[in-house]
Amino acid sequence: MIMKLTGAERQTALILCIAVTLVGLVMAAAGQGDLMGMQGWVVLAYGGALTLLLMPYIDAGEPAKEDREASYYDDPTKAGIIIAMFWAVIAMGMGVWVAAMLAWPELRFDGAWSSFGRLRPVHTSGVIFGFGGNALIATSFHVMQRTSRARMPSQLTPWFVLLGYNLFCIVAASGYVMGVTQSKEYAEPEWYADIWLVVVWVSYFALYLRTLARRKEPHIYVANWYYLAFILVVAMLHIVNNLAVPASWTGAKSYSAFSGVQDAMTQWWYGHNAVAFFLTSGFLGMLYYFLPKRAERPIYSYRLSILSFWGITFFYMWAGSHHLHYTALPHWVQTLGMTFSIMLLVPSWASAGNALMTLNGAWHKVRDDATLRFMMVAAVFYGLSTFEGSFMAIRPVNSLSHYTDWTIGHVHAGAMGWVALITFGSIYAVVPLLWQRKGMYSWKAVEWHFWLALSGTVIYVFAMWNSGVIQGLMWRTYTEAGTLRYAFLDSMTAMHPYYVARTIGGLLFLIGACIGLWNVLMTVRHAPAQATERDHPSLPETNEPALPAAE
Amino acid sequence: MLDKLLKPFKRAFDFQARTHYKTERHSMALTIGIIAVASVGGMVEIAPLFTIDDTVETAEDMRLYTPLEQAGRDIYIREGCYACHSQMIRTLRDEVERYGPYSLAAESQYDHPMLWGSKRTGPDLARLGGKYSDDWQTRHLIDPRAVVPESIMPSYAFLQTDVLETASLPDRLAALRVVGVPYTDEQIANASADAAAQTLPDSDGAGGVSERYGEATNIRAFDGNPGLVTEMDALVAYLQILGRLTDLPHQIEPEAEE
Repeated sequence: MIMKLTGAERQTALILCIAVTLVGLVMAAAGQGDLMGMQGWVVLAYGGALTLLLMPYIDAGEPAKEDREASYYDDPTKAGIIIAMFWAVIAMGMGVWVAAMLAWPELRFDGAWSSFGRLRPVHTSGVIFGFGGNALIATSFHVMQRTSRARMPSQLTPWFVLLGYNLFCIVAASGYVMGVTQSKEYAEPEWYADIWLVVVWVSYFALYLRTLARRKEPHIYVANWYYLAFILVVAMLHIVNNLAVPASWTGAKSYSAFSGVQDAMTQWWYGHNAVAFFLTSGFLGMLYYFLPKRAERPIYSYRLSILSFWGITFFYMWAGSHHLHYTALPHWVQTLGMTFSIMLLVPSWASAGNALMTLNGAWHKVRDDATLRFMMVAAVFYGLSTFEGSFMAIRPVNSLSHYTDWTIGHVHAGAMGWVALITFGSIYAVVPLLWQRKGMYSWKAVEWHFWLALSGTVIYVFAMWNSGVIQGLMWRTYTEAGTLRYAFLDSMTAMHPYYVARTIGGLLFLIGACIGLWNVLMTVRHAPAQATERDHPSLPETNEPALPAAE
Repeated sequence: MLDKLLKPFKRAFDFQARTHYKTERHSMALTIGIIAVASVGGMVEIAPLFTIDDTVETAEDMRLYTPLEQAGRDIYIREGCYACHSQMIRTLRDEVERYGPYSLAAESQYDHPMLWGSKRTGPDLARLGGKYSDDWQTRHLIDPRAVVPESIMPSYAFLQTDVLETASLPDRLAALRVVGVPYTDEQIANASADAAAQTLPDSDGAGGVSERYGEATNIRAFDGNPGLVTEMDALVAYLQILGRLTDLPHQIEPEAEE
């Protein structure tokens, strides 16, 4: 992979790696006696490892001449997919552990680092940003090149985006374990990591636009709208929600620019739209490319795609305040949040329906092909969990569901059923293509993965529905004398069986992911090779569409 | 029938589809469109919160966190307590009866960031202050199951032996002042000393603490060990002030919803 970079590109890469190493060194030196110093060592190790990796190739001469215009640049995609699968196993493993800790609280080590409060964000960020983020970056590189019929404009920027992003993920995860957090859910990393992410994200956006600028298709394909919205809005959310003042330039600690009610609104504007633009928009980009491709059918409706896209982009941004029903947030904002959450059902179901209708005439493929089945079930779960979300945003429903495990169940119906399944489906679709294999190493393993993932999700979600509703009802049950019937502790002990069930569901899902990782690695190494399919930017005069156009 | 009903919308939608057909040929048009469309909701919902006067009530008796309490709050955040405990009593009858008067915006006006939480694996803590003794809090943090056998909370025994880092407290208070907490120069300058003095009621510094933060400030050895300022002191001091920064919620008669 490294030898595909030109000599000049390798030198620039080396300078960048050394720069990162030096930044790590400065952080380690300046932040002595503070957690930032320990984070500096993490940066130093990451930059140092990449430097060592590059060093032997610096004088290795130029790569074999190739016509860069005639092929796509897929090395970063390949790396990104494998990294994403590793993150999946790590983060889901962490999830099973923290789930087990709620059932058996002694299931930990003696150190402070292994308590629930510190490991929980490793699980959430690991899945969302480690697994989801890498999968999004990798697949977006693939999709934007194919649908634009253009190669990425640079060989270095995609590596910078991918590896820079993973540096952010590693700094974040190692920070949580040490106790570095700003306690904003899904935005826990501290100010220096946040600044680094902005740098990476801006290069990602620039790379996307530059590739689109080279496209040989007059139209920008729908998947790219979604990826573009994902990149742009996540940048907006990230910057606003992470505005903070560091206590000192040599310490990790910072204080949010907002306080109390304004901070709560900003946080859930961010938090809910992380669901919208990180966990929905980007993955809809995957869905709109890989599902029609795998089903070999055009997208059912172009107009539904438009409706869904602008609906999601507009409505979602209002919905965050439904996390703050019955709180000290002004009533009118809560009402707006509820209203828009309900209206959101229209664009959400437009996408889910569009995906399922695309499968008309291809249902026999869904039956036979587990990869396509992953995507189909993902679309179903997308529809289900958006319905549930709109329902839970209704004030009276929210009074019961909020603060309970129902919320956790809802999130996981989306995260496991929608996000993870569409990702696995897309990965199984793209891996044989990228490495030019006849298929995955083991189709049986894909089947196993599918059924493990599905049963794990169902067990998990049902356990959390039950525990959440029971919890909510117990809190508000009165005796005939008009006093509260249950102490808080009663509701806690009632959760135990469900917490055990949840651990089992999560474990099944994790086993599936492990099988997936194994299968991907075996495909890369041992699956029979295939003659190259025609998968390169075609000449402008041939003028064939990258994807069949929708009606 | 349905066609007839949808006809006006169909024309609007046709127009939109045609416009979009042109828009999607220009990446900058899409980019600007996405930013414009996505900005509206946040503008409408967030910006007014900073300007509308009744967003946050005026609480005359609102007091600031002492340096020790702020250090405790930072430990609370560090250990991820917010993942299992909310600090927001909603305007619901059962919550008001279980935890006390519902939370007002004024109570968290100096909280950077807020800790309202999203999940109650354990109970709400918004009115925890003064509910249990220091001794109970300390023993509970050391070994939760020794005090509450059914508890699933992790043990935080190390807080008892970890010496509190107070050197950075002036910096931390100064940063808080930048974002809007009205700490005085004197409070910032004395932050480190005040943190230690708050655990030593008989020391010379103790007078300074009550002078700067009010007579009602808790000044005692929170972890039962007066010799050493530990992280346990800080966290317990913070837990004991929760819900007691102002008396306003108790003055307003709560009208909780069913």
